[in-house]
Amino acid sequence: MAATETIQYYKLIARIKLMNNKIKLSLILMLLVPLVSFAAKDESKWNNSLKNQYFSGVSIQESNDVIEIEAPYRAEDPALVPIKIISKIKQTQQNYIKKITVFVDQNPFPLVGEFGLTPETGKANLAMRVRVNSYSYIRAVAEMSDGKFYMSKKFVKASGGCSAPIGADLDAAMKRLGKVKFKVGKDMQLGEPVATQLLISHPNITGMQMDQVTRFIKKSHFVNQLKVTFNDKVVLTAKIDIAISADPNFRFYFIPNKRGTLKAEFTDMSCESPISRAVCVKGKEYSSEYQVSP
Amino acid sequence: MKHLLLGLLVFFSQNTLAVTALSVTEITSGIFVHFGNHELPNKTNHGAVANIGFIVGDSCVAVIDTGGNPEQGYALKKAIEQTTDKPVCYVINTHVHPDHIYGNIAFKQKGVKFIGHKKLARAMATRGAYYIEKANEQLDIKLQEKHIIAPDKEVKKHLFIDLGGRKLRLTAHPTAHTDNDLTVFDQKTNTLWMSDLLFIEHLPVIDGSLKGWLTELNRMEKHHYQYVVPGHGPVVTDWPKSLQPEKHYLNTLLVEIREMLAQGRFIEEAIETVGYSEKDKWKLFDQFHKRNVTTAFAELEWE
Repeated sequence: MAATETIQYYKLIARIKLMNNKIKLSLILMLLVPLVSFAAKDESKWNNSLKNQYFSGVSIQESNDVIEIEAPYRAEDPALVPIKIISKIKQTQQNYIKKITVFVDQNPFPLVGEFGLTPETGKANLAMRVRVNSYSYIRAVAEMSDGKFYMSKKFVKASGGCSAPIGADLDAAMKRLGKVKFKVGKDMQLGEPVATQLLISHPNITGMQMDQVTRFIKKSHFVNQLKVTFNDKVVLTAKIDIAISADPNFRFYFIPNKRGTLKAEFTDMSCESPISRAVCVKGKEYSSEYQVSP
Repeated sequence: MKHLLLGLLVFFSQNTLAVTALSVTEITSGIFVHFGNHELPNKTNHGAVANIGFIVGDSCVAVIDTGGNPEQGYALKKAIEQTTDKPVCYVINTHVHPDHIYGNIAFKQKGVKFIGHKKLARAMATRGAYYIEKANEQLDIKLQEKHIIAPDKEVKKHLFIDLGGRKLRLTAHPTAHTDNDLTVFDQKTNTLWMSDLLFIEHLPVIDGSLKGWLTELNRMEKHHYQYVVPGHGPVVTDWPKSLQPEKHYLNTLLVEIREMLAQGRFIEEAIETVGYSEKDKWKLFDQFHKRNVTTAFAELEWE
């Protein structure tokens, strides 16, 4: 709404104040409609920069036949939006999804992560929790073992109110820093892909820039590399970033073909700028094991 | 409510003219509250939805929360000037949420000390940039860094301040509604200003710790208070009776989420199934409930 329009609009509202209640209410409802802004489903970030930056010269087919991304209609908590990528094909040695790259177009740093998968994954389903700053497409691009690319996308509305895309209790996450939990599906059967959850306690700090006002300076500090193996065979690798919610949480599959050890190894890092990865310092290395007996 | 909405709209159309005083109610001797409406902060109410107010002593005034936008802060200041000739000496921010701190700038002047929880400045730092970016888009207000005013005085556990013949005890709470909740107790009238540690009618919003919040409520429930001022909803005169709906809601989430975790079920399912027996008991349930379950689930899976 332009400024002059706004003034006229409010003058009109003031005039309505003199009318009777019923008419008033319906008129107000009518007048409120133009105040609601419908954010356009903007794909310019993807088309103009992200696609070329990450998939230069590659032809990507938009389709939900290979993978399909699931996300809630509205990001109820912008700090933690659960998303799922459902695979429609079987992971075999001959044909499998090699990599899934996930983006939140409108985030300050749109790349959520690159997830490397193998035939040992069994099923290329992924679930994770991401930060969503504003109305945005969330998209996943699958790279196949035969070199083909497929993309699935979903538009998510941002939440309003007092929410902010950071964790609720920084200190609690900091106290548990590096703690790991594995949860393997109770329906585990020998040789069948089983749903597995990996929980990492880490504040995944996006970085704070309000130091002028609050004299508080804090660089980003987040999990950047992750590798999960079963009996030393790679099940999942991930290069991830600050769009992953505090306490990174991933669900994936692997095939428990015998007794053995699930192992998660990850590192964190700290960067000067929340939107650039040019100046970063390596952090710590973490490792955790979990015994599996199908 | 319609009138208030109209009033606000008219008020904002005239904000270049003289500031209109915010409506306040004296709930007990010297304690004045402006009661917000149960609405989601939006472009129509410009974020002015919380209970805010002030306490008057013999020598000066303590403001408790300043409102959801700078104009509401100025309107509150006007209301204080119309109520008393005592100067404002303290501004107490009960926590970081926009509906409580965006009017701070109206009181930024010599002789006024801003007070907050020891973690308030950090919370302002982590959220500030995002809040400023969203203020225009979501609330239709222009906000800059200068509007986010960090405390001059930080409360680690307790702090006593004297307004002249009137002592206030400020308490910094462990993580509950947020990780920077501060409450204000007025000894003279046995009044506790709980702010968003207490929601009446308006669904409680978890932005800190579900377990932490319940712990604080169980502790506070044992005290006797004549008056309790919630962050949203009417003043409470039957403490702890009016606290029970909030406790019940939070407990329901705790029990049902723990059950889901024990069954190995996931967050997406919890968001769609947990706590819906509470739906008809609250205003703004649809706006905040899923978010609450999300936050609580992420907390409880680390038990």
